[in-house]
Amino acid sequence: MDNNIDWKKYLIVFLITVGLFASASYLSNYFGSQKINQLKAIQDKIAIDILSSETQFSLLSELSCKNISDSVFSDELGELGNKLEWSQKNLGATDEVSYLKKYYSLLQIKDYLLAKKISARCGVKSAFILYFYTTAANCGLCERESLVLSSLRTEYPELRVYSFDYSTDLSAVKSMLQIYKIKDTVLPALVIDDDVLTGFHDIDELSSRVRESFKLQGTTSAGNNKTSP
Amino acid sequence: MTSISDVIFYILVFFSVYVQVFFFVTFFENRKKIVTRKRNEKIKLSFYPKVTITVPCWNEEKTVYKTVRSLLDLNYPQDRIQIFLVDDGSTDGTWNVINKFSGYPNIKVFYKKNGGKYTALNLGLENLETDFFGCLDADSVTDPESLVRIMGYFEKNPSIMAVAPSVIVHNPKNFIQYAQKAEYNMGVYLKKMLGFLGAINVTPGPLTIFRKRVFDELGPYRHGHNTEDMEIAYRMQKNRYKIEHCNDAYVYTNTPPTIGKLYRQRVRWIYGFINNTIDYRDVLFRKKYGNFATFTLPMGIISIFSVSYLFGQIIYNLGNFLYSKIIVLNTIGFYFSIKSLYFDTFFINTRSFMFLVFVIYFLVIFAIIFGRKMTEEKTLFSLNMLYFFPVFSIIAPFWLIKGVYNTILSKKPTWR
Repeated sequence: MDNNIDWKKYLIVFLITVGLFASASYLSNYFGSQKINQLKAIQDKIAIDILSSETQFSLLSELSCKNISDSVFSDELGELGNKLEWSQKNLGATDEVSYLKKYYSLLQIKDYLLAKKISARCGVKSAFILYFYTTAANCGLCERESLVLSSLRTEYPELRVYSFDYSTDLSAVKSMLQIYKIKDTVLPALVIDDDVLTGFHDIDELSSRVRESFKLQGTTSAGNNKTSP
Repeated sequence: MTSISDVIFYILVFFSVYVQVFFFVTFFENRKKIVTRKRNEKIKLSFYPKVTITVPCWNEEKTVYKTVRSLLDLNYPQDRIQIFLVDDGSTDGTWNVINKFSGYPNIKVFYKKNGGKYTALNLGLENLETDFFGCLDADSVTDPESLVRIMGYFEKNPSIMAVAPSVIVHNPKNFIQYAQKAEYNMGVYLKKMLGFLGAINVTPGPLTIFRKRVFDELGPYRHGHNTEDMEIAYRMQKNRYKIEHCNDAYVYTNTPPTIGKLYRQRVRWIYGFINNTIDYRDVLFRKKYGNFATFTLPMGIISIFSVSYLFGQIIYNLGNFLYSKIIVLNTIGFYFSIKSLYFDTFFINTRSFMFLVFVIYFLVIFAIIFGRKMTEEKTLFSLNMLYFFPVFSIIAPFWLIKGVYNTILSKKPTWR
């Protein structure tokens, strides 16, 4: 009630505030690492799935092509991709996320190779798109192309999209870039049915290409959703 | 990787948490000293000093009658209360209303040319014959027990120079007034804590009572950038005069019912805060002026900075968000899929500031609830008080920025 300043109190309040900050950052790290663990768990599951499919494939070379359905492919790749993208934007632990991203790229390549093997053996075209983008430079077209591809994937559930970050420091990804002669000046780039498309392509164009090449049916009546509410 | 904006952001969050914790710790230190009497509990004083209460009126024909009636109904010997009704050049029927009271033995009615609220109060001071002086705004009504409780503080402690009451929102009707009610509730709590710290920075127009000595020694009211009740408190703090808060002396005030009127009122308050602080800048951080110099003023300055900065950031983020939505629309149209509604706890943001924001919200809600407790509200929690958060977080930045803007361009805000 008097005019004297209680410096001890200023200090105590300071320490409490620091304590609250420390707790908040502890909680944040805790949940962050939980998320990383969740990502790792999904990746492990995918790795096992792919390994199992490969093994199954080599074991039963006479495996009837009829039995090979979508079940040999891992469904979680898409989900993992979304979560990784979100983590890259929102989590502080960037080292771990970029490590996981490398692993993810590898899994995609393995999945892609398996799909190619199956299609060679069984003579069916597997519906996939390779997509190269970059996060290093501010690539507005890449963002738009990603949007197009994710809506394309909802439209055609059988379609598999393998996306590769150009800046990923991984030799396997570099080889992919070499095979299709992709340079960072032409991003975003797509590979559909062995054709390389560079620059932005809108949903109508890709939708009709996907139908032609892979004979897929859309989940909604039309691929061009632009006008439907 | 931390950007400069992140660093600024966390520093501002740090200060906000610090301020809230400071109030909370002050509360825990002093919680036993807080006495809240029942609304109609009557107390007796050993001696009833004479008090003069001035009601400055400027176009208040609708509310002034009730204001004067509430003074006549005070539980205080009427022959110990002198009431001055000052018409500050009203252009409506105010004069006719207050003139009806001229027959009362303890009421004097004055008319003067319009000169602003402080001139009306100074007219009251010129005619002052008692040892205590107070003001009651003509948009407010006092509780019958308020004056006797306030005078009790003076009786107990001769070193107290002014006592401020608890201002409560009168009869809220819409969400803007409910939001203000929660804010005033919180104000009661904060003012009590500032009272414990000896750091009150406003002696509100509704029924703050001063010893006559304050004006004898420090001079009359000044214009104070249209916030004369803030200027006098600053002047008292600079001269280390003690200001107390009587939490169970209630004054009911009418609050602006529309966003526009609230906005104008708050621009005036913020402008007053900024400019009085500039006028009294030599007080800042000087330890001889106590917590007023090291806590109240820095807190106000920091909150203006934080709110303006955070608002800028929110606008920026909102712009980014809208921009990305426009790109989505342009690229794939109104594509709406069930999958995007699928909820996954993975995507809940767990960055550390989220937890700190929770801490701040918790302490703000605590302040509102305890303010309600100190004003003897029937319920401690009401859903209506949640209006506070949207109304004040969305509109407050505008009046803060406008107050800063007016200060920079030295534009004086109007009263209404």
